[in-house]
Amino acid sequence: MLTRRPVMMFAALTVVATSAAFAQDKSIAVASTTSTQDSGLFGQILPAFKKKSGIDVRVISQGTGQALDTGRRGDADVVFVHAKPQEQKFVADGFGVRRYPVMYNDFILVGPKSNTGGFNGTNDIVAALKTIKDKGVTFISRGDKSGTHAAELALWKGAGIDIAKDRGPWYKEIGQGMGAALNTASASGGYVLTDRGTWLSFKNRGDLVIAVEGDNRLFNQYGVMLVNPEKHKHVKKELGQAFIDWLISPEGQRAIADYRIGGQQLFFPNANSPGAQRRAAPAAHAAIP
Amino acid sequence: MPENMSALQLVLTGDPALFAIVRLSLVVSLSAVLLAALIGLPFGAWLALSRFRGREGVIVVLNALMGLPPVVVGLCVFLMLSRSGPLGSWGILFTPQAMIIAQTILIAPIIAALTRQTIEDLWLEYRDELEAMNVGTFGRVATLLWDGRFSLLTALLAGFGRAAAEVGAVIIVGGNIDGFTRTMTTAIALETSKGDLPLAIGLGMILIVIVIAINAAAWSTRRFGERMAG
Amino acid sequence: MSMRAPVANLPIHFDDVSFAVHGVTILDRINFAFVPGAPSVVIGPNGAGKTTLLRLAMGLIQPTSGRATWGGRTDAPLSRRAIVFQRPVMLRRSVAANLRYALEAAGVSRADHDARLGELLALVGLAELGDRPARKLSGGEQQRLALARALAKDPQVLFLDEPTASLDPAATKAVEDLVRDVAARGIKVVMSTHDLGEARRLAGDVVLMHRGRIVEASDAAAFFNNPITDGARRFVAGELLI
Repeated sequence: MLTRRPVMMFAALTVVATSAAFAQDKSIAVASTTSTQDSGLFGQILPAFKKKSGIDVRVISQGTGQALDTGRRGDADVVFVHAKPQEQKFVADGFGVRRYPVMYNDFILVGPKSNTGGFNGTNDIVAALKTIKDKGVTFISRGDKSGTHAAELALWKGAGIDIAKDRGPWYKEIGQGMGAALNTASASGGYVLTDRGTWLSFKNRGDLVIAVEGDNRLFNQYGVMLVNPEKHKHVKKELGQAFIDWLISPEGQRAIADYRIGGQQLFFPNANSPGAQRRAAPAAHAAIP
Repeated sequence: MPENMSALQLVLTGDPALFAIVRLSLVVSLSAVLLAALIGLPFGAWLALSRFRGREGVIVVLNALMGLPPVVVGLCVFLMLSRSGPLGSWGILFTPQAMIIAQTILIAPIIAALTRQTIEDLWLEYRDELEAMNVGTFGRVATLLWDGRFSLLTALLAGFGRAAAEVGAVIIVGGNIDGFTRTMTTAIALETSKGDLPLAIGLGMILIVIVIAINAAAWSTRRFGERMAG
Repeated sequence: MSMRAPVANLPIHFDDVSFAVHGVTILDRINFAFVPGAPSVVIGPNGAGKTTLLRLAMGLIQPTSGRATWGGRTDAPLSRRAIVFQRPVMLRRSVAANLRYALEAAGVSRADHDARLGELLALVGLAELGDRPARKLSGGEQQRLALARALAKDPQVLFLDEPTASLDPAATKAVEDLVRDVAARGIKVVMSTHDLGEARRLAGDVVLMHRGRIVEASDAAAFFNNPITDGARRFVAGELLI
């Protein structure tokens, strides 16, 4: 009398849950970054891919480091991130089959309208970082081993600053995603390095404005890799490769280029441009106001 | 969910993405409550009636487990279900099933601990009658669970509240995949990180309204049942 | 329920039984056996140890020292004896479901449930109230339902712990009539009361208890007309035993 009814209700609910899970059998898991997710890019391009291929793409958005780790564990079929040295290591270690460049956007330094750093409106990121350190201006770091975090650390290094040693109370590592870092900067009047896509779709800007942009060193290249089926047998290599092939196809590249927020293009496809393998395409930034 | 819409607009326009999220939240949390009830009710009742060495210790641990951090549960389930983990061959990481498992682990101790307390109190009242009627252990457990059903509803609601409100476990094992494993709470976390605080707050209010509605329904059931069953 | 010849020899024996809780003596070296026949009424003021005596006889508790036996065993199963507590607990379900529960617990086969249910409900006068939630019954009705539950076991001995203590005269009469019916069917009734009038109306024999001891035990006529001990004399005369 006691157990029969709940058991049946549970069975019914489980059926609902599992049918939702297995209804779309043709699916792949893509580990990607918070910047692509938070910028809304996937919302734009995935329906087009689904329509063309019938494949359901399930995006798990994490920091680049975590996304690569998800691939390493075999919990995703495809990894789509932006930290070239780490991606190359991922492939070299045998976890990824091959790295394909897909698109780029750029990083920008955003900070308070009141220009506490005194460099708002310039385009020299190295000079700006030196000023931040010298003046002890509040700076928010992702601190989450994401692609943006890796880019930030590389920029400090490029400015000749050993952030592990030279950091002071002005340097705040929050260990969270891009949106959280922007929320923190907005609330505390600090500077933060962000990708432009997330910035454009970010709604809680408060007094934040773009402080530094257009520096070659702020170039941000995205790459995509199939997780190696030889490491993880269950990887859906045909479906995963189909997604990669579509991303770098003219159709996929056009879909990426077509994604705009407030008339601004967020990502610049460059799968087939030889420049994608090198640093910076400074001319492209002219298009970004 | 469409950009640039407030939570109220989403509700009023019957946005399908919003309703898919609400539905998934309910399916995951209610399934977890039912699974946890199947584990927690008999275990709690058994613990209330049994006497063995170390029982007090088990009760202390069980009560402490009511405060399990969702993130820790999520991480443990993640490591178990990951392709590189012991249960990787199931292939259910980043699915609703994984979320149900994590939430079940999270709330089974809550239901078991509250059941233990309820049944122990009820046992004081029923003990003489059931012993005089020669009712065996299994029968005692079943009788006390059934006769305590209105009080135990509160234990189930506590479990449901916890499941519906937590984000730490489901975001780790579910992955917050759009249209597949995105729940109310992970959607709120996402909208917060996108800086759309009004939408996040709006979604939060929808969640609260749903939780209140479910509690109200359970409360009326209890009231009605008590009137009928005395 | 079958008619049975009055029980020839009751299987209950108390050998030097004491019972104490946290060092406070409730029963003090009781040597006693109930006699067969009409209801035995255990009488005495509150706190005399009546309830404890019944619970020991029922086998729900074990003596602190001495032996309380059923058929010579201290660990005999409870299958042939039943008890109605002073405040019976109604299961949270209907009258009929309470009774079915007792039949199930007594091991009555499912096929016989309906027949036995009708018979017992009719006996205790609750035939019309089968669907009523048991907890909505009046005190007297609850007491009668508890009696029906106890009878579901078809016991050899039925213990009733102050069955009329909190009932009004009409409800008391209904329960007392029922006790007579049950006794007439050959079931040995052992009941406690602190009501002298009730003892006079029902008792075949009387056991007077005071401060954990049995003061006097004899058949009812002798007890009321010719009490032997000073305590019994004073009690029958209506004095307060303190």
